[in-house]
Amino acid sequence: MKYSYFPGCTLKTKAKQLDADTRACAKRLGVTLEELPDWQCCGGVYNTANDQIADKLSAVRALTAAYDAGQPIVTVCSACHNVLKRTNAAMRTDSVFADRANRYLAQGNPGYTPYHGEVQIYHYLELLRDVVGWEGVRAAVKKPLAGRRIGAYYGCLLLRPSPVMAMDDPENPNIIEDLIRALGAEPVRFAKRVECCGGYTALDDPDAAKRQSCAVTENAVSAGADLLVTACPLCRYNLAKTASGLPVVYFTELLAQALGVCDG
Amino acid sequence: METKMNQKLSLLREEILRISGVNPKKCMRCGKCTGTCPAYHEMEYHPHEVVDFVDRGEIVPLLDAPSLDRCLSCMACTERCPRGVEPSKLVEAVCTVRQRLRGGYTFSPDDIPARLDEDMPQQLLVSAMRKYRK
Repeated sequence: MKYSYFPGCTLKTKAKQLDADTRACAKRLGVTLEELPDWQCCGGVYNTANDQIADKLSAVRALTAAYDAGQPIVTVCSACHNVLKRTNAAMRTDSVFADRANRYLAQGNPGYTPYHGEVQIYHYLELLRDVVGWEGVRAAVKKPLAGRRIGAYYGCLLLRPSPVMAMDDPENPNIIEDLIRALGAEPVRFAKRVECCGGYTALDDPDAAKRQSCAVTENAVSAGADLLVTACPLCRYNLAKTASGLPVVYFTELLAQALGVCDG
Repeated sequence: METKMNQKLSLLREEILRISGVNPKKCMRCGKCTGTCPAYHEMEYHPHEVVDFVDRGEIVPLLDAPSLDRCLSCMACTERCPRGVEPSKLVEAVCTVRQRLRGGYTFSPDDIPARLDEDMPQQLLVSAMRKYRK
């Protein structure tokens, strides 16, 4: 099956390897990703004020493009995924928002078909679990990551708000741990794996962000992790800035290593 | 004069309730939202207090509390509220109304170059500008 792929701004700039590994691993696993033409930045964060319409239009454009292509949409960055899923839910359940967004998009576009949240959205992790399956991933592994003790860091955006994200149990998720096991390594659970890294406050108040990220890495180290994995470029940035010495990588980097598709 | 001010604050309260979609009357004051807030130590008013202040129409202290910008939008309070109050939506509505009211921007694009570092992801710049400017 083919999927519309929404890489997002950071995967084209500071996180090019995340994009490259995402594509290479999908190819190896028999999944066809077609990058959406002319996609725009998702907006980074979802504004919950229900009259902030323009903030959400670029996400609606991505969703309608996938709808026109007749394909589910796949994202890998946690923030893009969060914004797209929440915008899609708003288009489905908030008729006032949907009407206003559709009116914006119909301007100068006479053939525009109103959109109401029909597209299915997968995070890449969900694609691995629900389409490829853990057995399929395990069967494709060429270089098992034996002996590694890896902490899965979810942060906020993959899981919350859980009624909309519906990826996993919001307090006790398993999806990244299951991937780590499928790649032959040992997952290390730690309490703060679902707590915030400090997020966007890193620009305005880096010290405040660091207090959050240090709490996460200290907790992971004390649980015995020798590596952290995340799906989010901002989580990675914040967590890597702590003095823990704990390496932080994207989950796709491990996947690419285990599948034997990485450049190096 | 005082009456006009009261009317204005009452309208602001209504705007906050309308754009957040939150009903603060559902709150049962258990404090779980504040107990779970990772930015607790950064904010002078905590999630349960924001709910309480909006409920009672005490809008001025919230408009004067810049530390509400320390909310991480991590939705821990919203996820763990046993009554489905969604305090994070109320905090975001207060910050949004404040910015609309007086352009209470935390920083301008001109401030960004001095804050850049080599590893900083674009996602951070986009997210911060979206959170701190309207």
